[in-house]
Amino acid sequence: MSVRLAAETAAATAVARLSRFAGRGGGTTLPGKLVWMLDPGAVDALARRLPGGGVLVSATNGKTTTTAMASAILSPTRRLAWNNSGANLASGVASTLLLARDAELGLLEVDEFAVPEVIRRTRPRIVCLGNLFRDQLDRYGELEHIAERWRAAVEHLADTTMTVVNADDPLVAVLAEGREAVLRFGVDDPTQGRDGLQHASDSKYCVRCGHPYRYDAVYVGHLGAYRCPSCGHARPSLDIAAREIESQGLEGVAFTLTAPGASARVRLALPGLYNVYNALAAASLCLALGVSLDRIVSGLERFRAAFGRFERFAAGDRTVLLLLIKNPAGANEALRTLQEGDVPPVVVVALNDRIADGRDVSWIWDVDFEPLLARATRIVATGERAAELALRFTYGGLARERLEILPRLESALDRGLALTPPGAELVVLPTYTAMLELRATATARGFTRPYWEQARAS
Amino acid sequence: MIIRVGHLYPEYLNIYADRGNIAVFLHRAASRGHELRVEPITLGTRLEPGAHDLLYVGGGQDREQTMIAPDLAARAGALREAVEAGAALLAVCGGYQLLGRGYRGRDGSWLEGAGVFPLETLAGETRMIGDVLLESTLEEAPGRSIAGFENHAGRTVLDPGCETLGRVVAGFGNDGGSGYEGCRVGRALGTYLHGPLLPRNPWLADLVLSWALAHATGAGPQPLTPLSDELEQEAHAVSSARARERGGRPVRS
Repeated sequence: MSVRLAAETAAATAVARLSRFAGRGGGTTLPGKLVWMLDPGAVDALARRLPGGGVLVSATNGKTTTTAMASAILSPTRRLAWNNSGANLASGVASTLLLARDAELGLLEVDEFAVPEVIRRTRPRIVCLGNLFRDQLDRYGELEHIAERWRAAVEHLADTTMTVVNADDPLVAVLAEGREAVLRFGVDDPTQGRDGLQHASDSKYCVRCGHPYRYDAVYVGHLGAYRCPSCGHARPSLDIAAREIESQGLEGVAFTLTAPGASARVRLALPGLYNVYNALAAASLCLALGVSLDRIVSGLERFRAAFGRFERFAAGDRTVLLLLIKNPAGANEALRTLQEGDVPPVVVVALNDRIADGRDVSWIWDVDFEPLLARATRIVATGERAAELALRFTYGGLARERLEILPRLESALDRGLALTPPGAELVVLPTYTAMLELRATATARGFTRPYWEQARAS
Repeated sequence: MIIRVGHLYPEYLNIYADRGNIAVFLHRAASRGHELRVEPITLGTRLEPGAHDLLYVGGGQDREQTMIAPDLAARAGALREAVEAGAALLAVCGGYQLLGRGYRGRDGSWLEGAGVFPLETLAGETRMIGDVLLESTLEEAPGRSIAGFENHAGRTVLDPGCETLGRVVAGFGNDGGSGYEGCRVGRALGTYLHGPLLPRNPWLADLVLSWALAHATGAGPQPLTPLSDELEQEAHAVSSARARERGGRPVRS
């Protein structure tokens, strides 16, 4: 380590301790921001210290869960530099690399927009790209814009870098075309196909010629087995697939994981087809690292949920289930998962509009809330934009007397719990910053532990 | 009364929750005992003269907009005739740009529009993103408040003397410099405001509905029975406070 890097590392580590001491969260991004400010080139040097190199994971939806699943598989045998607290911008990556001093392998969840920068600086040995959905257009811009940035970044990867791509997303699969080291994953079970593309689906036009794709099966949003009737562009063949999928409602989902030359049954403790995609991505990147299928299966089966994505905690004689919502495709899957179980009697939906949530709240109109509105007995709208949610629900057909509006999150949580019968479960669907605040409230009441403690313990 | 709505390219132009605007039209018409019949008009569908009381065009991503632009430009005559015959029209964001004379790309390319609105749009270097607050310049409701969200790289320049939707109180508006937002020709309105626009500005939804009803009945526009709109006013208040607080400033990306 150079003298300069050593000095920067020492300073930043001290900042992390101070930040934690001052109760400003887990000290997860401040040291990285400091290094980033002092010397962005330090990140390159930090990444080069990792003897096993780095793995980069990005996607609109599921990057946190995918990375956490990969960690469950890898951590028993390898020391990881893993940014497990959701700090996924370049500064968060810098912090992780700084603080994980004796790590062998970097496991980096990266924000879609930060992918080119992090690729350039850390030169990962594996790049795993999951999906692209419309998300926070005020922040990320249009889907094509992100895809264009990814395309340029992938073009600059070394030939030896393995790209792991979701073959079921045309915009992502096309990025790997013409590359040598590629693993393609996808779902191969037409019985799980949806009735059709959901409202406002993305990427439904051929990436080559613009003609609408024809789908043999639609799995999640625009992900599926597609074929262009005009030019013939189609989903590439799958190296790693999920077959014979069996949903167990909110309790989990089972599937057969098929890899070249081997297959195994996996029972995930997380629900939903979207988590099958996350498991496929994690399995694929671990296979690319040379991990055995047995280890992959046991890691996936051991895995519980990633921070705030699907968390259940006890609140006296009731339970609270937290399901993060952040964009139409992700929210639709969360809602679909709820409907596969017994629809809960009371649901709290929390909408904030800070930068991390997206300042533009129009996306809630593209979420298919209607089945929930038809079945839940009571819905509590909360968060800074509770009034906007209330309009979404009433124009979506919810009777005014079944709707309660409480902008304060804590009041809404209390009201939701009061409306939930003892022994039953309250479902809470928050956007990102609302999730953070609700978790903090839950922690203050002794429902759960803070996330940085939990991350260490796992 | 039956109100016949033509929704143009719904599967291509739907980026900013355009179905929210349609939902508002449906419910507010139904609350007054009218039935809205929405017909999708897409690539290759014929636009029958006089068949619609209200036309709706939403916003899309660049790729989708390019896909439908030639088809839309080919309807220029039919759309202008519909508006001249008194049909109502609402165009949002990309739809607004495409109903102007055309869009000049940064590479100098020209995307022909339908020419319903006397304006042109030039691609800009940066996007204008944020909450917006307007004071209506519509003669039916001068000074009334309109709140929404904008996200556009195009700078839209109106011909001199054009009617606008509103004066910008906070936010960017048409081009970030003129101080005005949107355009009006007869019963046709174009605007960058989504959010979506209508749920939090119900009076504007009612105004457009009253125009559509006037076209359907052949009589003059009649004001609609007021609704309580308590939630709408609450959402409007939050949204306009946001615009005053943070509208018209560049967002870090």
